[in-house]
Amino acid sequence: MAHEKNHDYHILNPSIWPLLGALAGFIMLFGAVLYMHDVTAWIMIIGFVFTCYVMYGWWADVVAESNVGDHTPVVKIGLRYGVVLFIISEVMFFAAWFWTFFKHALYPMGPESPMVDGQWPPAGIETFDPWHLPLINTLILLCSGMAATWAHHALAHENNREDMKWGLVIAIVLGVFFTILQAYEYSHAAFGFAGNIYGASFFMATGFHGFHVIIGTIFLAVCLFRLMAGHFTQESHVGFEAAAWYWHFVDVVWLFLFASIYIWGA
Amino acid sequence: MADAAIHGHEHEDNRGFFTRWFMSTNHKDIGILYLVVSALVGLIAVIFTVFMRLELMHPGVQYMCLEGLHLFSTPETCTPNGHLWNVLITYHGVLMMFFVVIPALFGGFGNYFMPLQIGAPDMAFPRMNNLSFWMYVAGVALGIASMFSPGGNGQLGSGVGWVLYPPLSTLEGGMSMDLAIFAVHVSGASSILGAINMITTFLNMRAPGMTLFKVPLFAWSIFVTAWLILLALPVLAGAITMLLTDRNFGTTFFDPAGGGDPVLYQHILWFFGHPEVYIVILPGFGIVSHVFATFSRKPIFGYLPMVWALIAIGALGFVVWAHHMYTVGMSLTQQSYFMLATMVIAVPTGIKIFSWIATMWGGSLEFKTPMLFSLGFLVLFTIGGVTGIVLAQAGVDRAYHDTYYVVAHFHYTMSMGAAFTIFAGIYFYFGKMTGRQYPEFWGKVHFWMFFIGVNLTFFPQHFLGRQGMPRRYIDYPEAFAYWNYVSSWGALLSFASFVLFFGIVFYALFRGAKVTENNYWNEYADTLEWTLPSPPPEHTFEQLPKREDWDKSHAH
Repeated sequence: MAHEKNHDYHILNPSIWPLLGALAGFIMLFGAVLYMHDVTAWIMIIGFVFTCYVMYGWWADVVAESNVGDHTPVVKIGLRYGVVLFIISEVMFFAAWFWTFFKHALYPMGPESPMVDGQWPPAGIETFDPWHLPLINTLILLCSGMAATWAHHALAHENNREDMKWGLVIAIVLGVFFTILQAYEYSHAAFGFAGNIYGASFFMATGFHGFHVIIGTIFLAVCLFRLMAGHFTQESHVGFEAAAWYWHFVDVVWLFLFASIYIWGA
Repeated sequence: MADAAIHGHEHEDNRGFFTRWFMSTNHKDIGILYLVVSALVGLIAVIFTVFMRLELMHPGVQYMCLEGLHLFSTPETCTPNGHLWNVLITYHGVLMMFFVVIPALFGGFGNYFMPLQIGAPDMAFPRMNNLSFWMYVAGVALGIASMFSPGGNGQLGSGVGWVLYPPLSTLEGGMSMDLAIFAVHVSGASSILGAINMITTFLNMRAPGMTLFKVPLFAWSIFVTAWLILLALPVLAGAITMLLTDRNFGTTFFDPAGGGDPVLYQHILWFFGHPEVYIVILPGFGIVSHVFATFSRKPIFGYLPMVWALIAIGALGFVVWAHHMYTVGMSLTQQSYFMLATMVIAVPTGIKIFSWIATMWGGSLEFKTPMLFSLGFLVLFTIGGVTGIVLAQAGVDRAYHDTYYVVAHFHYTMSMGAAFTIFAGIYFYFGKMTGRQYPEFWGKVHFWMFFIGVNLTFFPQHFLGRQGMPRRYIDYPEAFAYWNYVSSWGALLSFASFVLFFGIVFYALFRGAKVTENNYWNEYADTLEWTLPSPPPEHTFEQLPKREDWDKSHAH
C-alpha cells in the first residue's frame, strides 16, 4: 500500500480466491447436472475438490492475516456480525423445509384433495419411534453442545487450554457419533426417499440438518487443530466463537426437527 | 475537509489489469464490474423482448418458425415455434430479475456508493465482496449454458416461465431446467453474501458520529434491501432445491401422485418473490431521493418518515405474497387478508411519493438528465402502483389475472420504475465514477425516447388486458391487433433509446468533458461521495471523515 491508512478497518490485498472459488462452484454445479443426467460424475467430483481447495486456501489466508494482527477489535466485531447474519440466512433456508413439512402435516392432500383432508402420516408410512434412537441422538447433540460451551468457558474465563482441548474433542466425537447414528437410522427407515411426500419431507429436512452437523463437526475439528497449533488466546478467538455459534444453531434446528417431525408429526 | 481526497491525488495506481479487475478487493472497482456485466446481460434480455414484440406486431406467427428464424423475409410456410417463444419469455424474466436489476442497483450502486456515503474505507469483507461478483458471473454462465442445453420439446432451453412453476418445471426434459435452477442458486448465494457484507458494513463502519438516523437515504435503502435478500433468498433456495429433487431423485414435493402439492411451490416461491420486487425497487428509491434533493436545491423532505417508510415497505413485503395467486383456490378469509395487507403497502409508498413531491415543492428545479429520469420514475411508478392497487382486489383480479394488464402493471413498476432509477443513478454519478461527463443534450434525448418508448409499449397493454388478452402467448386474435401494433413500435423506440444509451456511455468515456470539481452539481448533493475527487482514488477515507464533512443539519 502506497501510504498509511489511519483507521482500524481491514483493507485487503488483491486475492485470486474469489475468482477461483466461483470457477470451482461453476464446475461443481455444471458437473452435478451432468451427473444427474448420467453423463459422468467426475466433473462434479473435480469441482468439489477444487471448491474444498479454495476454501482451504482462502481461510488459511484469513488465519494468517489474523496472526499478523489485521483483525483489530472493530474488524472482529464485523466478523461476528457476518457469522450471525450467515446463521440467520441458514435459519431461513430451513424455514422452507419446515414449511413443506407443516403444510403437508397440517393439510395433507387427501383422496378427494383438496376438498377433504387426508391423513398424516400418509397411509402405509411407518414412522420412527421418537423415544428410541431420535431421543438418544437429541441427548448426544445436546451433550456435544455442552462440551463446546465448556471448551469456550475454559478458554475465555480460565485460559485453560488443556480443558478446552478436551471439550473440543468430546464435542467432535459426539458430533461424529450423531452422524453415525443418523446414518444407521436412515438405513432402517420403513419408508423411501422417493415417491411419497413423507419420505421427501423427512429426508430432506433431517438430511440438510445432518449435512450441517457434518460441516459443524469439521469446523470444530479445524478449531481443535488450530488450538494444538497454538492459535486462539483468551481475548481473541473469533474463529472458535463462530464454530461454537454454528454448532448451537445446528443443535437448535435439531430440537425443532425432533419436536415437530419426530414427536408431533408421528 | 477531505484530507483523504488530497492524499488520493498523489497516489499512483500501479495495479496491473488482471490484478485490478479479476482479483479485486476494492468496492469501487467491484461496483463498476457489476454495472458493466449487468448492462451486457441487460442488453441480451432486452434483445429477447424486442424479438418477442416483433413477433407480436401482427397477428399470426411471422418470425419464430420451426423452419428457422425469418427476420428479413416472409417465409412461404411458418410452423409456429411455441417453445422458442416460451424460452425467450422465460430467460427475459430470469435474467432481468436475478442478473440485471439486482446486480445493477444492489451490486453496482450499492457497492460503489453505500460505503462512500457512510464514510467507510471499503466494505466489511472486501474479498467476499469479489466472491459475490464472480458467483454472479458464474450464475450468468450457468444461465447461458441452460439456454443452449437440451430442454423441453426436443429443443434447446427451458420454456417454463421465470417463476419455474411445477408441474411445467418438473416435467420439462433435458438438462436445461437443472442448469437454470443452479443458476438461480448461485446468483442467490451471491446476493446473500452481498447482503451479509452490506449489513455488516452499514452497522459496523459508519463514520464517527454518524448515528443510524443520520445515514443518507441511499445507504438506508441498501441496508433494508440487504435484509430482504438475507431473509427471502434462502427460502427460494429451498423451494428450487425441492424442484431439483423432484426432477432428478423422485421426490414428490409438488406431485400430487405422491401426496405433494404444486400450490405449495407457489406459496414458497412468492414468499421470496414479493420481497424480491422490493429488493428490485428499494435501492432505486434511495437514488432518486438524492437526485430530487440535488435538483430541487432543497434537503429531502421528511427524512425520518422516508427511512421508516423504507423499513415498513420491507417488513410488509413479507406478509403479502399470496396476492400473486388469488386464483389458485384459497379461502375467502385468506384472500381478504392478503388483499388488506397488500393495500396497506400503499401507505408507506404514498409517504415516499408525497415526500418526493414535497421536496420539489418550492424548490429551484433544474431539469438535468438525472432529474428527468427521476421525474419519469415518479410518474410511471405511481401509475404502476395504482394499477397494483387495482390488482390487489381479489375480486377484480379474477378478470385481470394472467392478462396483459398484469404485464403492464409490473413493467410500470420495474421496467419503468427500477430501470428509470438505474438510468437516473448512472447519469447522476457518471462523472463521479469515470471522471468524465455525459453530453447533456444526448442524455435528454435518451430520456425522451425512452419515456415515450416505454409508455407506447406498456400503456396500450392495459387496454389489451382489459379486453382479455392473456399473457405469455406467441399469437393472438385479430381483435387485439391494433394496440399490439402500437406496443411493438414502442418497444422498437425503447430499444433504439437503449442503443443510444450505450453510444452516450462510450462517447462520454472517451470524449466526454473532464470533470474537475469534486461536486459538479450543487451544494445540495451533500453526501460524502461529493467530497471526493472524480473519479475517487483507489483508497478512499484513509483518514476517516470528520463530522462537518457530512452533517449539514442545524441541530448540532
